[in-house]
Amino acid sequence: MTELTNLKVAEIRDGHRAGDFSAVEVAEAFNANVAGAKALNAFIVETPEHAIAAAKTADADRAAGTLKPLSGVPIGMKDLFATNGVQTTAASHMLEGFVPRYESTVSAKLWDAGCGMLGKLNLDQFAMGSSNETSYFGNVISPWKRNDGGNAALAPGGSSGGSSSAIAARLCPAATGTDTGGSIRQPAAFVGISGIKPTYGRCSRWGIVAFASSLDQAGPMARDVKDCAIMLENMAGFDPKDATSLNMAVPNWEAALSSDLKGKKVGIPREYRLEGIDPEIDAMWDAGIAMLKDAGAEVVEISLPHTKYALPTYYIIAPAEASSNLARYDGVRYGLRDLPQGAGLQDMYAATRADGFGPEVKRRIMIGTYVLSAGFYDAYYTQAQKVRTLIARDFEQAFASCDVILAPTAPSAAFGLGEKTADPLSMYLNDVFAVPASLAGLPAMSVPAALNREGLPLGLQIIGKAFDEQGVLNAGLAIEERAGFNARADKWW
Amino acid sequence: MSDYRIKGETGEWEVVIGLEVHAQVTSNAKLFSGAATAFGAEPNTQVSLVDAAMPGMLPVPNRECIRQAVRTGMAIEAEINKWSRFDRKNYFYADLPQGYQISQLYHPLVGEGSLTIEEDEKAGIPEPKRIGIERIHVEQDAGKLMHDQHPTMSYVDLNRSGVALMEIVSRPDMRSPAEAGAYVRKLRSILRYVGSCDGNMEEGSMRADVNVSVRKPGDEFGTRTETKNVNSVRFVMAVIEGEAKRQVELIESGGTVVQETRLYDPDRNETRSMRSKEDAHDYRYFPDPDLLPLELDDAFLAECRESLPELPDAKRARYLAAGISAYNADVLTAEVESALWFDTLLETGAKPAAAANWVSSELFGALNRLGKGFEDCPVTPAQAGELLGLVADGTISGTIAKTVFEKMLESGDAAGVIVERDGLKQTSDTGAIEAEIAKILTANADKVEQYKGGKEALFGFFVGQTMKAMQGKANPQVVNELLKKALG
Repeated sequence: MTELTNLKVAEIRDGHRAGDFSAVEVAEAFNANVAGAKALNAFIVETPEHAIAAAKTADADRAAGTLKPLSGVPIGMKDLFATNGVQTTAASHMLEGFVPRYESTVSAKLWDAGCGMLGKLNLDQFAMGSSNETSYFGNVISPWKRNDGGNAALAPGGSSGGSSSAIAARLCPAATGTDTGGSIRQPAAFVGISGIKPTYGRCSRWGIVAFASSLDQAGPMARDVKDCAIMLENMAGFDPKDATSLNMAVPNWEAALSSDLKGKKVGIPREYRLEGIDPEIDAMWDAGIAMLKDAGAEVVEISLPHTKYALPTYYIIAPAEASSNLARYDGVRYGLRDLPQGAGLQDMYAATRADGFGPEVKRRIMIGTYVLSAGFYDAYYTQAQKVRTLIARDFEQAFASCDVILAPTAPSAAFGLGEKTADPLSMYLNDVFAVPASLAGLPAMSVPAALNREGLPLGLQIIGKAFDEQGVLNAGLAIEERAGFNARADKWW
Repeated sequence: MSDYRIKGETGEWEVVIGLEVHAQVTSNAKLFSGAATAFGAEPNTQVSLVDAAMPGMLPVPNRECIRQAVRTGMAIEAEINKWSRFDRKNYFYADLPQGYQISQLYHPLVGEGSLTIEEDEKAGIPEPKRIGIERIHVEQDAGKLMHDQHPTMSYVDLNRSGVALMEIVSRPDMRSPAEAGAYVRKLRSILRYVGSCDGNMEEGSMRADVNVSVRKPGDEFGTRTETKNVNSVRFVMAVIEGEAKRQVELIESGGTVVQETRLYDPDRNETRSMRSKEDAHDYRYFPDPDLLPLELDDAFLAECRESLPELPDAKRARYLAAGISAYNADVLTAEVESALWFDTLLETGAKPAAAANWVSSELFGALNRLGKGFEDCPVTPAQAGELLGLVADGTISGTIAKTVFEKMLESGDAAGVIVERDGLKQTSDTGAIEAEIAKILTANADKVEQYKGGKEALFGFFVGQTMKAMQGKANPQVVNELLKKALG
């Protein structure tokens, strides 16, 4: 019998439905893997009992003939989603011990669909980071190692680094992620899995600890495109509790999956050919182009002229929103409260926030406060909003001549932990290809495409038109089928 | 033009006043959450996860609050912005759970409008005056700190947190405390007619930030101070008087007025500085990314417009046209309850001028005495209509009507029933009246002589005696005629 933890979401769903195994067996197998992988530090909280309870329900439902779409599938939940009765921290000391009495819309939909929860996954603190090194609960470690004989611990990407590491290490078949400026796609690329950030508004933000409201978007991470489609169908949907939620029906993405791209045009943005980039990244990109041609697509060169302004624009807008969104963590109502002897209100604020937030969070709050302050607002924030509009228009114009856009997900393979922490700018550069689609609110996914010479995964990114997740998933599937990526990290943990 | 002046040592000073009125929107739910808004509830019982700013909570605009603000804008004939947007005003305080207030700085819901205050000679308002209103925007209220619950800590009550407020910003068009008082009363009246705010200043449903500056007539505007959260018309007027006087004294003694925020202490009737412009917060306003711009369609606006009732100015004009005196028209239209009650009375066919007189004297008097209002008025407009009908058709006299009204209040019986039962119908039986007149003239022969000698004022005396003898039931007109004839 196949090892259950090697099964993907669709295989677990279908196998359970067919009676090949019980959901409890599946949950127990994954619980065991989670328990045995402490070295990866992928989970902040493990919830084996939640997974088992959902599995028992799934088995009973199968007996009763009342199976749900994801009955029997245990998943990991990024610890940015509020989970009723289970500690929710955003990987911050500020929320250590915080147990919400409410359930985020996305996680509630997944539980309603039959999923069980294996645990709350580690992440960069308040989702701010690209390597998972800003977590208060310690960095997550990627299951991957370079093939150079060294033993350097590698970054799983971020901010959804717990999700990426756990899936790559077979601790869960799928997990939720959130993507503000690449936080699903970059970690997916770093560990050789798939992840999709849907169109802004597809998934409700209600109950997700906010980082930058106009950019935050939940999405699934899993081992292949089909699993992403299945997961996303069960996460997306209009939510009247989120004023930015899209009031549109959720398509049946799984059923409409097709890797036949005849009649489709794939745009290759010339501005994404970066000076001095690792030639292996460009080679992978070229290979991807060839794969999509092979799938029947026509390849056209396009221009996204404002690309070079995307990163600075992102690093004005996201911190601006964050500086305001994180003001609620003040020690008054919940979470950490540092109240020095004889302290007044201002002292309490200062002590609580100094202690509760990590250095990267503080850096972004300060940047955000600065760009919104009187005298600088127009020069930074207003200007950034204008550029954001131009970036969105770039995409609109490009999509007049193509259906999807193909680009690398990240400018490099996974880097070693600690390699970039001293230089925030080089860390920020990791999201150079991911950020434009975030600013434009477009659906984008990463699929594994190749291993580099160090034996590490590289990902290709597909960016689609607004609401066209199907086009993105289909192009992703065409690459997946041709890349034949089936490498996995050797177990060392 | 107001001639209100502060007399200083260097001459006369003019006061310039602008008001920012915060009016709580009448709605069952808060501006961005489903939580209830009952006044006086136990602390922290009207609080949703959104109001407490729990992690991951999001605001969703409450359509009813927006509708009420739009209707208010229409009532002051303001421009309604079909596209508006919410901004965050960022600052830290324990009563502000989100760390920002959702407000509208850059693109308010309601633009330029105005209202008119009526002339009031006694108050120094010689003619009606139009007061400009710059904008109305919608925003969240904050919670409330309680400092008396614990020896060393303050408690927070979030019941008000997130409640919808309209901030109604006037132009600096007022020039006297009386004008400002009249403005607040008129605004309150309009809000109550529209039903968008209960106008209850004691409960904090309406409060004003009072901007005051002084200048020599004809000069440029002086530097203004802003006194926050003044919660009665009387206090608004007191703040202006005191603040204008303080500024004049300051300037005349060589000082300068600094732009600052002040607080009013009603117990000592004085304002004190809260913070100066230098200490002012940098609120870092920016568009709230949790909310899409608010776009209003024509159907929504049409519904808002159609749902507006007749407003005080229109009602007043209608009353004047119906022959009601200006005084009575003002009294009747000031409060929406009395106006609606009176309109129902008119529908019974009551004669407008007579009905207005009766309501403003008899009914108002009775309600005052009983400590009641029109909302719990002991007589219905239909009952009052019957009473006034009996006077109009001569069944009873005006004097008897007062007695009948008293009996109505006591017993709750209908006027007609009382008149029948107590035999209060007035008589035009000339024989009976003539007989009484003859007796009175005989008994008062001296006065008859004086009257005939030219002391015509005595006529009233004879009328009074006759009415008294007839127990008030004689038709006054008939008494007059018969007396004139008898006195030759």
